[in-house]
Amino acid sequence: MKRFKTTKGLIGIFLLTIIALVAILGPMILPPDAATKMDMLARRSPPNWNHLLGTDQLGRDMLARVILGARTSLEIAVSAVLMSIVLGLPLGLVSGYSGGWNDNVLMRLVDTLLAFPALLLALTISAVLGPNVQNTIIAIGVAFTPYLARIIRGEALKVAQMPYVEAARASGTTDGMIMLRHVLPNILPAVIVQATISLAFAILAEAGLSFLGLGTQPPAASWGLMIQASRDQLDVAPWTALVPGAAVALTVLGLNMFGDVLRDILDPKSK
Amino acid sequence: MKDIVSVDHLRVEFATDSGPVVGVEDVLFTIAPGETVCVVGESGSGKSVTSLSLMRLVEFGGGTIVAGALRFRREDGTELDVAAASPAVMGEVRGNEIGMIFQEPMTALNPVFTIERQLTDGLMLHKGLSQAQASARALELLKSVRVPEPERRLKQYPHELSGGMRQRVVIAMAMACEPKLLIADEPTTALDVTIQAEILALINRLKRENGMAVLFITHDMAVVAQMADRVVVMYRGKTVETGTVDQIFTAPKEDYTRALLAAVPKLGEMKGKPAPERMRLIGDESARAARVAPVARKPQVLLEVKNLTTRFPVKGGILRRTLAQVHAVEDVSFTLNVGETLALVGESGCGKSSCGRSILRLVKPTSGEVWIGGRDIGALSPYDLRKARADMQMVFQDPFASLNPYRRLKDQVAEPIVNFGLANGAALKARVEELFDRVHLPRAFLNRFPHELSGGQRQRVAIARALAVNPKLIVADEAVSALDVSVQAQVLNLMMELQEDLGLSYLFISHDMAVMERIAHQVGVMYLGRIVEIGSRAAVFDNPTHSYTKQLLSAVPIADPTKRRFADDLAFKPIKSPIFPLGHQPAPSVYTEVAPGHFVLKD
Repeated sequence: MKRFKTTKGLIGIFLLTIIALVAILGPMILPPDAATKMDMLARRSPPNWNHLLGTDQLGRDMLARVILGARTSLEIAVSAVLMSIVLGLPLGLVSGYSGGWNDNVLMRLVDTLLAFPALLLALTISAVLGPNVQNTIIAIGVAFTPYLARIIRGEALKVAQMPYVEAARASGTTDGMIMLRHVLPNILPAVIVQATISLAFAILAEAGLSFLGLGTQPPAASWGLMIQASRDQLDVAPWTALVPGAAVALTVLGLNMFGDVLRDILDPKSK
Repeated sequence: MKDIVSVDHLRVEFATDSGPVVGVEDVLFTIAPGETVCVVGESGSGKSVTSLSLMRLVEFGGGTIVAGALRFRREDGTELDVAAASPAVMGEVRGNEIGMIFQEPMTALNPVFTIERQLTDGLMLHKGLSQAQASARALELLKSVRVPEPERRLKQYPHELSGGMRQRVVIAMAMACEPKLLIADEPTTALDVTIQAEILALINRLKRENGMAVLFITHDMAVVAQMADRVVVMYRGKTVETGTVDQIFTAPKEDYTRALLAAVPKLGEMKGKPAPERMRLIGDESARAARVAPVARKPQVLLEVKNLTTRFPVKGGILRRTLAQVHAVEDVSFTLNVGETLALVGESGCGKSSCGRSILRLVKPTSGEVWIGGRDIGALSPYDLRKARADMQMVFQDPFASLNPYRRLKDQVAEPIVNFGLANGAALKARVEELFDRVHLPRAFLNRFPHELSGGQRQRVAIARALAVNPKLIVADEAVSALDVSVQAQVLNLMMELQEDLGLSYLFISHDMAVMERIAHQVGVMYLGRIVEIGSRAAVFDNPTHSYTKQLLSAVPIADPTKRRFADDLAFKPIKSPIFPLGHQPAPSVYTEVAPGHFVLKD
């Protein structure tokens, strides 16, 4: 089990490192027009020696696009999830720990946000703020916050009732310190799991926004945009969906494995 | 007469991630028809694994019977090799020829089925009865386990019944098919003493009437003394000693059995002794020598509680309005002297824990005053209250839950010191090390996490944390209830040692009369939120005056097989509800002083 855990961790770290390197180094190595250059004679060509992963409907090289798309997709997804944590964590923590009126007010607020589908909310925010990368991050980040806040609140509510929290209170610990030292470490595993799941959804949410013309603007590449573009040609050129799809899948896989290991590292019982 | 069960060199292993772990490794005993065999041992001794193996239920927990033989004589007289039996055969035997009662009556019943459904399922499956026949039999069963108003109970759901009644239903379920063997795994551990006495009497009567054999699993030597014909003592997966109940209690052969018996406090053994006395521990002769000296100095009042009342709202409806109130603590007054122990005893729901929490202001009392060292705790501002917490600390019941699993032990013990800014840096480290020495924990534990320690060790950490800021008062809420007897004795001795050395006052909240008799100077008996009787230990235990105190004391099982006493299992007196409508003003508590310092509530 111990061995399996470390192997799993290594695979996760390996995958994430590769993806990060590709996202960082790709734009430096590839010519600036690599993602937009069209090869009109080789439209929808299956993978071959000229185009290792084939081309799309405009004859653009899939390999170059998936490499250059990595940066946009990951930048938006990671920033958006971080933002939702920054907003949702204190919200959920205070709500779950303090209970009573604070909890009621905060959670009704969150419920209001939850009543809208996340994508619709992101869409609205994005439409109001205008389409650019920064606003896409804000839109997805805010849209994901209520989900995270709900989960954190549930966990915090559970932990706040543990005898060790009462023991801390009995020994004169202030509420702030109890939240920081006792509640937070105990809800972190749930936050990590939720964050890794959210990342996958954030990549897809970015795709959705792009499809509606609010996220990444064509001809720039992002994984989500590529998946959306492949929609009409799944039967004739399935690789146009498979390539970006595989990139998303590998990233999520890597994150999940890494998340599991991170959780184990944080858990004193595994030491 | 041939044995109904024989267990021969049983070995059970559990597959875990780090290889097989031995659950039990060398267990052998037999059960004759109509006999009660008690398997006794501390947690982790393998007693439950043994009973689960007999039902072949151990496989569902990941265990495998690796070696040894388990034989069960079936109804038709054939001998069944349980270890090799097919799942189909075991399905016929389970619940039909062997009945089982589990520890937790709350979880052993399915919450979404009526009592009738829980009882009739087995009957229709094993006995092929029709729905009507099964229902008739279910009613009969409820009558035989003396459940009041059985017709109405059939239509009720488990949550509508009290703990004692649920355990009666569980017993009725186990008895439904008239098994030849009843396995009872800690059937009374989760119950109050008065209910325990009733359930034990019930099992005894059913055994007599049906001529069934009973395999009784328990950690409680007192229950063993009351129930057993023969005893199997287990330790770390092995049978240490087997013998008749008299042999085990009067002439134990093995050291472990002797140690186990020595650690058990017996109610009544403190008669005529002026002061609390430490527990006897085999191999720890110092404990015998060192006695808690009677408080020689002039008694000085530390804690004074005046008319303390705590009520909790019962909310309901869409608007979450307060519909009624739980009168958890009702007009409670007492004083506690410096260097003394006051025991608050009572059954679950009597308000003893709420009383302790109200005194520490962990819950806000409705009214009343709490004076500690000349300060009214109730009148303090939140800021001053936090400062005042340095004088009053708490030790909780569950040492597994009262420590944060994510923090190192040294940080947890240091926390109160840091909170009050009493020390930092090297001085803090030195203080924490000193505290670890004080509670007899090795300094190597400083950097460990709670899960690496045993229950007793964790409770020592919790005590160290409570001691960290030199409090005057420690409220110990069932602080030793979750521990094994030998560990319990060690922790109690530690607490008494600390009391002697540091002049601490304890408010000890417990349901265990025998332990409280051993350690308390003063005893208060609580019932329905009120103290019904309070006085010196000798006064309350030797001359119980209130009817409830008498009832409570007579229900405590005594760890002596020559002093068996069985409550009449008809005497079924459920505790009244402490829930009253809004605005209900109960009469104040009025006491009669039957002897100097011995007060009894006027009914």
